[in-house]
Amino acid sequence: MTQEHMHAAERPPALSVGPLGWARANLFNTWYNSVITLVILWAVIQAVPPLINWAFIDAVWGGGEPDACRVEGAGACWSFIGEKYRLILFGLYPFAEQWRPLLVMVLFIGLVVATMRRLLWGRSLIAAWGVSTVVMFALMYGGFLGLPFVANSYWGGLPLTVGLSTIGLVVAFPLGIILALGRRSNMPAVRTLCVVYIELIRGVPLITVLFMASVLFPLFLPTGVTIDKLLRAQVGLILFAAAYLAEVVRGGLQAIPKGQFEAADSLGLGYWSKMRLIILPQALRISIPPLVNTFIGFFKDTTLVIIIGLFDLLNAAKTALTDRAWAGFYMEAYLFCAIIYFAFCFTMSRYSQNLERKLRTGHARR
Amino acid sequence: MSAHPQATATGKTGIIQMLGVHKWYGEFHVLRDIQLSVDQGEKIVICGPSGSGKSTMIRCINALEEYQRGQIIVDGVPLTNNLKNIDAVRREVGMVFQQFNLFPHLTVLENLTLAPLWVRKTPRREAEETAMYYLERVKIPDQARKYPGQLSGGQQQRVAIARSLCMRPKIMLFDEPTSALDPEMIKEVLDVMIELADEGMTMLCVTHEMGFARTVANRVIFMDAGQIVEQNEPEEFFNNPQSERTKLFLSQILSH
Ligand SMILES: Nc1ncnc2c1ncn2[C@@H]1O[C@H](COP(=O)(O)OP(=O)(O)OP(=O)(O)O)[C@@H](O)[C@H]1O
Ligand SMILES: [Mg+2]
Repeated sequence: MTQEHMHAAERPPALSVGPLGWARANLFNTWYNSVITLVILWAVIQAVPPLINWAFIDAVWGGGEPDACRVEGAGACWSFIGEKYRLILFGLYPFAEQWRPLLVMVLFIGLVVATMRRLLWGRSLIAAWGVSTVVMFALMYGGFLGLPFVANSYWGGLPLTVGLSTIGLVVAFPLGIILALGRRSNMPAVRTLCVVYIELIRGVPLITVLFMASVLFPLFLPTGVTIDKLLRAQVGLILFAAAYLAEVVRGGLQAIPKGQFEAADSLGLGYWSKMRLIILPQALRISIPPLVNTFIGFFKDTTLVIIIGLFDLLNAAKTALTDRAWAGFYMEAYLFCAIIYFAFCFTMSRYSQNLERKLRTGHARR
Repeated sequence: MSAHPQATATGKTGIIQMLGVHKWYGEFHVLRDIQLSVDQGEKIVICGPSGSGKSTMIRCINALEEYQRGQIIVDGVPLTNNLKNIDAVRREVGMVFQQFNLFPHLTVLENLTLAPLWVRKTPRREAEETAMYYLERVKIPDQARKYPGQLSGGQQQRVAIARSLCMRPKIMLFDEPTSALDPEMIKEVLDVMIELADEGMTMLCVTHEMGFARTVANRVIFMDAGQIVEQNEPEEFFNNPQSERTKLFLSQILSH
């Protein structure tokens, strides 16, 4: 027996009809779910309108005078941000030269956006990063073509935060991979060295590492040799991040089945080819969520450079608050910083999810 | 063609020679005094109960396992701790695993060209031509751009065989290549192996496919408790087993 005519294609059956149907199926499907829904609704109604009032409706937007914010019933004082945003974003960088760090940030964000396009991945993108890094440092330092020289002790704000974390991660990541491979090495000396390093660094708070890098380290240098404070902080951050990244990568390595190593061995691939072509691409892909977790944590941890007196974004905001005329607008200052941190971290998080989806190849089945 | 088993066992010309090989896992004596000589072009089927050391033995031949006593010489190269020798042997010995072990993050074509490109330094064009040639041979040229996860088990195993062949090995090792496959896919893999055997490849194959052993093997080896208990031409081996353990084993696997 055969079928007379082809069955026409149909739409899949709708699970629920319209927003009302959806709400009934998802929010009010059981009595306890209904209770939870109502409680949450009540909390939202309690919290959101006052917040909106404070942040927008009662807020003081106009420029200039702090007294405008001090009247009864005034909400957020955004004129404080309007007055101080350049100090917060660029720290103590000379006011007239702040177009330079601004240009650096624009260049950086442009590169990041380009890097997010997978089509552009390749040698030219790496070259672009290389050249831009030189350009960015040249802009920050100046001292040529009539640009006044700005010592890095005057750098601050967002460029400092972004610079410390980007350079920190770019250097710490390969270091972390090497440490992870070393910890799994057959050579006892290499393995011990890596284990000791990782455990030592992980067992110590970042503040301590930074403090040691800035205060103790110079004591061991021969007299006359100095390494500037920014570089010492950067090295401290790198050493710290590498230990954490190493453990994340090691987790990924452990998830790769033994058969992958054996297949690579049996084809005659040497250790480094095997790792680079077979093992690490798979291990890093499954490590994306914890890696990004570490990246985000690290980005925020850079605020701790405050304790050795660097003017990162958060410290610059604190400095803005020390202005007597504008004292007391903590909420606005920290909210402003929070929004900037959130923008960066959320971008990282979303991009990583996107990347994970794109790299999901072989496991389509099973 | 091939010499009589007794002659090859003592012959000095074998492409693979295992001389008094012993191996321990900790305290556990897994290989005991293995004497085996394999001639060029010989096809050997290895069978025996689970845990008898079949996998361990053939994995010693491409140094996936170390051994503690005796000597293994493959194509004139003694397998020692010397990494150069190990690499040299692995270039000449292909291996097919029960679980395929394809690289899931690479396409089929990339799986096939990887080792020729990075180990043999073959130009890409040539490596891809070779890869396509072997994909034709295993009858799945149309799958070249897919990822392993998108193929059936039988197709994956044929890709794995092609991947090994792309290195143009002199010897092929198979460790239960059909055990992870559904019955309807076993034949497509065995057909490829039979074709390979007909072309004169030296093959060592751990398998319980006795039909394959009868049609292809020059010699069937029976292992038990880490030892080679008995070896013979397939006809003799199946019709006239010598040892009690072989008889018991054969009665168990041939009964169903
Ligand atoms: N890495 C290991 N450490 C300790 N013992 C092992 C290890 N690998 C295998 N063995 C033991 O060595 C013995 C031989 O293992 P092998 O895998 O060679 O058996 P086999 O004959 O291939 O069995 P099967 O038919 O189940 O594949 C088994 O008893 C096994 O438990
Ligand atoms: Mg086995």
